[in-house]
Amino acid sequence: MSVSVDNLSVAYRSRRGDVTAVDSVSFSLADGEIMGLAGESGSGKSTLGNALVYLDTRMRATGGKVTVDGKNLPISDNNAMRHRRMTEVSLVPQYAMSALTPTRKIGKMINDLLRSHHVKDRQAVRTELNRRLELIGLKEDVLDKYSFELSGGMRQRVTIIMSSLLNPSLLVADEVTSALDVSTQRAVGEMLIEFRDRGYIKSGIAITHDLSILAQIADSIAIMYAGRLAERAPTSVIVDNPLHPYTQALLASLPEVGVRHDQVTLTGIPGRPPSLVNPPAGCRFRERCPFAFAKCTETPPFEEIKPGHMVACWKVSQEQAETAGTGLGLPLKEQV
Amino acid sequence: MTTLKLDQVSKLYRSTSRGGGLTPALRKVSFELKPGEVISLIGESGSGKTTIGKVLLRLVQPTSGTVTFDGKNIASYSGRGLKDYYRQVQGVFQDPFSSYNPVYRADRVYDLVRSSYFPNVSDREWSAKVEQALDAVALNPGDVLGKYPHQLSGGQQQRLLIARALLLDVKVLIADEIISMLDASTRVDVLNLLVKLKRQGLAILFITHDLSLGNYVSDRTIILRHGAIVEMGATQKIFGSPQHDYTKMLLTAVPELHKKWQHKPLSPDVASTNGAATAVASSNGKAATALAQVSLLDEITHTEQVVKRDLRAVFGGGRAVASGKSQVAMALEPPALHEFEPDHLVAEPE
Repeated sequence: MSVSVDNLSVAYRSRRGDVTAVDSVSFSLADGEIMGLAGESGSGKSTLGNALVYLDTRMRATGGKVTVDGKNLPISDNNAMRHRRMTEVSLVPQYAMSALTPTRKIGKMINDLLRSHHVKDRQAVRTELNRRLELIGLKEDVLDKYSFELSGGMRQRVTIIMSSLLNPSLLVADEVTSALDVSTQRAVGEMLIEFRDRGYIKSGIAITHDLSILAQIADSIAIMYAGRLAERAPTSVIVDNPLHPYTQALLASLPEVGVRHDQVTLTGIPGRPPSLVNPPAGCRFRERCPFAFAKCTETPPFEEIKPGHMVACWKVSQEQAETAGTGLGLPLKEQV
Repeated sequence: MTTLKLDQVSKLYRSTSRGGGLTPALRKVSFELKPGEVISLIGESGSGKTTIGKVLLRLVQPTSGTVTFDGKNIASYSGRGLKDYYRQVQGVFQDPFSSYNPVYRADRVYDLVRSSYFPNVSDREWSAKVEQALDAVALNPGDVLGKYPHQLSGGQQQRLLIARALLLDVKVLIADEIISMLDASTRVDVLNLLVKLKRQGLAILFITHDLSLGNYVSDRTIILRHGAIVEMGATQKIFGSPQHDYTKMLLTAVPELHKKWQHKPLSPDVASTNGAATAVASSNGKAATALAQVSLLDEITHTEQVVKRDLRAVFGGGRAVASGKSQVAMALEPPALHEFEPDHLVAEPE
């Protein structure tokens, strides 16, 4: 178990009080696992990813515990975190395209990074760096260039190389494929898998709103809704047999290549997520959920329905309890 | 028949950086947009797709070539004629958040349409018209009227803007990446709305980089690369049997839910500097891995820069030299299109 997050809550300070963007989230990552974290804008997915690496001044951890490789990760203690970043946890920030400073050459930036992390054998790291650059098809001369001299895809790959240079146990990649063209998207996705396979990163979290990318690169997918986890399961289960009504609706709204409007009419999800300032009690998807019933005014537990399949939904838990005797848990879709 | 027609439209952008330089953004693009038809214009960044939208909306003047609407060159419009053109041709853009002035209520965009196009319409008639337009985009007037932009979701904002176009006597809608910034759950509603409007006879140019979205809504598809059309025709034909290597490459790179990419681990030995490129070449144009393919794209970007430099030399620091014109024309010449099957044109490999 390389990473485990237990009941983590993160709040933003605002004039109207604390906004809890991440609310009691628990999950764990095995060694070599890439977890996809998906959700709509404002669901708290980026906040969760950022909190594991860097809590900025607006954010505050209001509860919970994070462990990496069996050691506690002091996410609220910025000074202690300095020594853990890059080597244990690392982040590829959102808008990584503009994360590189325009005033320093890429190679200089990497030197700064190594110095500030007190890397002793810099020569060895530099040899390794060149090896990795070659591996992903970048020439060494990118180190002598400024970020604006690189194309978007090159910049994105350089950022990932920098973030993973000191072989972190956990790499959080926030929307790394979103601003890219399809061909570059694929290259960056495959680069993440390749780095995992080679052990450059032990485990990863890929944050995106694009489920079809996650279907390609993630081993498991967690779906987040309004600050809470709604469902978490291996990728194939989420894609083929999702149980949470939100996941089902989300998948139903995705057009696939080859599907045309005159063959299949896709449907969106009516309504919008609740505000996180004083969110309603109970299940947060209930307003938009076609299956909502009385019990949904209570907060559903995020419980394991089947091995490795966690869901927070009363309807699913009830059905599970009913069919528990026969051992046949039919997916929700087929029953309704 | 209100057909919007592009004929050999080219656009050269002059770069503003030091030393200037010229970028060919469009290279002799020709196609027609007919009523009741959705054309998706698909291309990667820098392919010139947005420039086409801007040319059609007269926000950018083409360097050469003509755009005709109902047989009349749109460059000839001015004053009343231009206003009348905008009555029929409207655009909606990618970022709904920056299409509104955050200081005013969102429905101010409607008041502006009223004051310039319908000054003589009574209040009652106008609000009926607004309600009708909102109804067409499936918005509840009570939910959206009188609200500020930040109080509306991206999907609502985008639909408000489409409704704004509907208030006018719109025949052609230029939809430039209108759903790329929306969440998956609201995206489809906007897409379905486009389908509905198309059935009512609206012509829509759907500009996107997302192939699955383009495929879902469009009747015809145009694949654009480096400012030139590489493949064009009926959507089913393009997606069913893509002919150009570039189209094929785009299609294999699209992430699909139920089909995994064929991920081949990179061999550590091949990882010499030119390894990726030679691996591509050796398998006869078939890219070994997506990474190798992207390195190839990097190369292409490089050759493009060389072209730019040559153009700069020809133009002698910005001014066209008569003798150099033929060379510029050469650089602008798009690959020739030939008919692969009826309603399916494919470009020669470049």
